[in-house]
Amino acid sequence: MAGIQRSSADRTGSVIRYVVLAIGALLFLLPFYLLVRNGLSTEQDITSPSWKLFPSSLQWSNLPDLFRDPTVPMARSLLNSLVISVIQTIGVLVISGLAGYGLARIPFRYANAVFYFILATLLIPAAVTFVPSFVLVSTLGWVSTLRGLIVPGLFQAFATFLFRQYFLGFPRELEEAAQLDGTAYWGTFWRIVVPNSKGFVAAIGTITFIGSWNAFLWPLVIAPDQDAWTVQIALSTFLTAQTINLPQLFIAATIAILPLVVMFVFLQRWIVQGVERSGISE
Amino acid sequence: MSAPATSRTRPTAEDRPPVSLTTRLRGRYDRNLWFAIFVGPFVLGLAVFVYVPIVWSVVLSFFDARNTVTPTDFVGLGNYLDMLRDSAFRSSLLTFVVFALFIVPTTFVVSLGLALLVHRARFARTFFRSVFFLPTACSYVVASLIWKLSIFNGVRFGLANTVLGWFGLEPVAWLSVTQPPWYWLVLVTARMWLQAGFYMILFLAGLQRISPSLYEAAAIDGATGWRVLRYVTLPQLRATSTAVLLLLLINAFQAFDEFYNLLSSSGQYPPYARPPLVYLYYAALGQGQDFGHGSAGAVILTLMIALIALAQGRFLGLGRRDD
Repeated sequence: MAGIQRSSADRTGSVIRYVVLAIGALLFLLPFYLLVRNGLSTEQDITSPSWKLFPSSLQWSNLPDLFRDPTVPMARSLLNSLVISVIQTIGVLVISGLAGYGLARIPFRYANAVFYFILATLLIPAAVTFVPSFVLVSTLGWVSTLRGLIVPGLFQAFATFLFRQYFLGFPRELEEAAQLDGTAYWGTFWRIVVPNSKGFVAAIGTITFIGSWNAFLWPLVIAPDQDAWTVQIALSTFLTAQTINLPQLFIAATIAILPLVVMFVFLQRWIVQGVERSGISE
Repeated sequence: MSAPATSRTRPTAEDRPPVSLTTRLRGRYDRNLWFAIFVGPFVLGLAVFVYVPIVWSVVLSFFDARNTVTPTDFVGLGNYLDMLRDSAFRSSLLTFVVFALFIVPTTFVVSLGLALLVHRARFARTFFRSVFFLPTACSYVVASLIWKLSIFNGVRFGLANTVLGWFGLEPVAWLSVTQPPWYWLVLVTARMWLQAGFYMILFLAGLQRISPSLYEAAAIDGATGWRVLRYVTLPQLRATSTAVLLLLLINAFQAFDEFYNLLSSSGQYPPYARPPLVYLYYAALGQGQDFGHGSAGAVILTLMIALIALAQGRFLGLGRRDD
């Protein structure tokens, strides 16, 4: 930067900046710490009259106890969440990826009309349609089924929009080289475009996975039966219940965020790029 | 039919009599078919799972539809008038306004502040960005759990009350009293922790696009600190700011998860602090299963959000390029 000679005022400013950043970082990390701390504490530690930063002993047995408790369908809920999130992520990537490429590259007389048909749904807040969607899905007989939880979430207009914008900027020369070999759209897309778009696919994939794993309103509406609960619904049910086993609830929540935190640490670069390229801030 | 002259350049019917699907697909020029294959599944799904519910909702909103989705009693605008007269529905809108007044400015300032700090950090920039962005991975349910049962749990041993105790202040029952309405503090801080990092990333992207020459010019003019922020950085972030404000407002309108998880307990939900979606959830899917009134409420909400988006776009110039 313009640091030819840094004055002492500059240095003081820099120190203040780092102090503020450090305090902010501690505040932002504190909830994560509390989650893990409480999950590994005893009930007495959590409700101790004097608040302690560290628990008196680490209760690793809370973890196996949670899965042994028959009243908490933790394993089942985690499995449901995993199945739903994985299928939705793959589904959205394939469906929206294809649609985005088609809209960006295949000349079709009514392509603009189709594009506006898609854009129009972005103006409608997804959550507001939960009442009619519930009516539709219950008419299909999909209440408390994985189908009911998965299928309506496969058609994401925003993901398609982002893919279209991205493919519009994809270097045409690469595709033309492939098309000389007689490869049609299908082959070009899978053999040339997709392998060269891994970063963007990873970005949309992680964003979709996070949204799917953390979804709450739709699973709450459509999955009243315990067998179809997602991990968020299971947590919420125990959170709003009358009697709560505090350490168990906290260790359950720790497990619920663990996959995302791990994914986040590894794929963060792509998510940041994806958000930056989403075009909302341009 | 075909003239002999063209038969040499263009294949005639005799050259390839069976025009099977594979042949049509192999030819690179059947674009309509390829467009249908690429875009078709998505558009079909959108039609079934987005357009059908919307149309269904509009239809239901004109009928008396309690416990049924195939209603027969047409009531015209009756449901709409009922909803607009319903004090509970109106108070849900008021709840939204109060919530938005708290959450939109605070998140805006915090995420902009974090972006400015992180952007100018010379070392450990990625570390700080990651830390502030990390809560994005967390769900509202998990955040509500930490806020409700650990930080703001209303008893003396809770973290917030322990901190108050250090200053000799009395413990506060954060979520169970309405006077004073401390529950707002709990609701707003939970959402801010979850979303500030996301908007910080948007601001960071905006900051990176500002040309360094503008800062050099400002430095030559002797501008420092606040003046650079006021006259260079903020005007350059105008487009980003507009988008962030709009997203914050629309997201606040759709608040559901944290209200539901922080305020309801053992199947009960307090009548105060019901934002529109929580209200609709109980009205349409609660005991009455009143889809008619629920749908009318949903249509009213959709129109309001569209109006706000349009008004804000007009007012702040959404989509207008700065250069």
